[in-house]
Amino acid sequence: MKLMDPSKMQARMHRRIYQNNILKYIFLLATLFGLVVLATLIIRVLNDGLGWIDFNFLTGRLSNDAERAGIMGAILGTFWLMVVVAPVTLIVGIGTAIFLELYLKKGKAQSFIQTNISNLAGVPSIVYGILGLTIFVRLMDMGNIVLAGGLTLSLLVLPIIIVAAQEAIRAVPSFLTEASYGMGATKWQTIKNIILPAALPGMLTGAILALSRAIGETAPLTVIGIPALIIPFPSGITDKFTALPMQIYYWTLDSSLVAEYANLAAATIVVLLLLLFILNSTAIFIRNKFQQRY
Amino acid sequence: MASNSHNEDVRVRDLITEKRAKKSISQIFEKIIPIILFSFALITILTTIGIIYTLLVETIEFFKRVPIWDFFTGTVLRPLSQDPQFGVLPLINGTIISSVIAMLVAGPIGIMAAIYLSEYASDKIRRVLKPMLEVLAGIPTIVYGFFAFTFVTPLIRSIWPDVEATNILSPGIVMGIMIIPMIASLSEDAMSSVPNSIRDGAYALGATRLETTFKVVIPAALSGIIASFILGISRAIGETMIVTIASGSSKNFTFDITESMQTMTAYIVEVAGGDAGAGTTIYYSLYAVAMTLFVFTLLMNLLARYVSRKFREEY
Repeated sequence: MKLMDPSKMQARMHRRIYQNNILKYIFLLATLFGLVVLATLIIRVLNDGLGWIDFNFLTGRLSNDAERAGIMGAILGTFWLMVVVAPVTLIVGIGTAIFLELYLKKGKAQSFIQTNISNLAGVPSIVYGILGLTIFVRLMDMGNIVLAGGLTLSLLVLPIIIVAAQEAIRAVPSFLTEASYGMGATKWQTIKNIILPAALPGMLTGAILALSRAIGETAPLTVIGIPALIIPFPSGITDKFTALPMQIYYWTLDSSLVAEYANLAAATIVVLLLLLFILNSTAIFIRNKFQQRY
Repeated sequence: MASNSHNEDVRVRDLITEKRAKKSISQIFEKIIPIILFSFALITILTTIGIIYTLLVETIEFFKRVPIWDFFTGTVLRPLSQDPQFGVLPLINGTIISSVIAMLVAGPIGIMAAIYLSEYASDKIRRVLKPMLEVLAGIPTIVYGFFAFTFVTPLIRSIWPDVEATNILSPGIVMGIMIIPMIASLSEDAMSSVPNSIRDGAYALGATRLETTFKVVIPAALSGIIASFILGISRAIGETMIVTIASGSSKNFTFDITESMQTMTAYIVEVAGGDAGAGTTIYYSLYAVAMTLFVFTLLMNLLARYVSRKFREEY
């Protein structure tokens, strides 16, 4: 008794396997597409910019003359931004995570704050710029100084570090904390001596990722109003400033007027990407080196 | 002997009082710490309130000067002319068109990459490819803006000369490339969480990998995949620097993708970067547009969460 014609089935079988194999390579190509673009982008930027990076470019002042322009002011601006963003996000972010994970009882309040944080993570960065412009620059009358920009960027990246810190806390096994309580330690002693040290690598990794996000952000700074003018080097968090992404922005915009500005923008991108590469490598290093598996 | 034990007694008593003193300090600590931590947690809530409050107050002020109906149905946006008009439709149009172009790029490529990573790639290949794809997500958007303006636009123009120097097509495509890792990674997570027992069932019935993917895995992971698409759209709507740089500031109400169009985000950059003095109508228009943008992205994010919760298949 034969219900199927084997030859027909064989033919269909070939087609089905053939389809599978063809599409497998199409899927692979789609995956590689992103990488090809990434490679193109990096080669393009290196090609345009690498020749322009020299000692003068890195340490010089901004200038309208492309040959003499330098980005020291932007580098210092980005540095001072980090000086504001790093401690603020670290303290507030980890504090919030500890509160949510260890103090707040599960319930309405907890899920409200949690939902709020994930909504904040989805708010476009330019809206944070408007918040910063309204609250820090105008209402508190700071003007467009490093502190105003840094606080704005801190609010922007806070959800990233909170979520990372929460995950790090959750990954601390309960037998460690229970042992601490069993020894008679109080809650804060347990947090300080047991949970924080164990969760620190994960928290730091999240903090560095948040910081690298903040460094590359441009949109909020454009809204706060960073001048395109040549200004003195910032020497503290209360000075006016420009930052690396802002410099890239202005040079890219003006590259239709002066062709060399495109090269300057590319050279600045190389510096920015190098900075991000170093930060991210540090994050990966910390994660691999210090993260303990229980 | 007796005096000795008496001495020890005193020492113990001292120890107890000492311990009590310490304890009261640490008890104060135990009480204060949660309050400090709570005040940190409050900052995230204050941020939300701050965003909504500032946007709302200034938007209401704007609608006192420009009727809300004119704002949402006006197709003419001329904020700087003698007779200014504030129709937001050109901006919404530009935002939607750039997002659609971005999703036409990111949707198919992202999901194909997700299928490859989740269903076809060996563990070894996945461990190499996935982090590399994530590098793409870590590149600042300003770099993509530069790339769109100085590389993709000239490339498109060499193939299709009608395209203007600033146009919506090129930033749309580049924005799509930027979103690929997001869609690939979220969809891959959704597909990877489909249990192997279901896949094995399909294989046992004689299905190929491809048939299993399309008839079993994707339907099971659909809620996560749709959520990743919605989040991608939300990301495209809020993206600022790529469109600001590569699409110019023309406020025409047009559907021609070879032309320059302005998105809501690019308008905010233009107005905030200009010399709009506080109190002018154009200054308030900034907030009205930002409010529109905020509501758009918020709705998208809520929708994404709703879809992934409501339609999740539990195994």
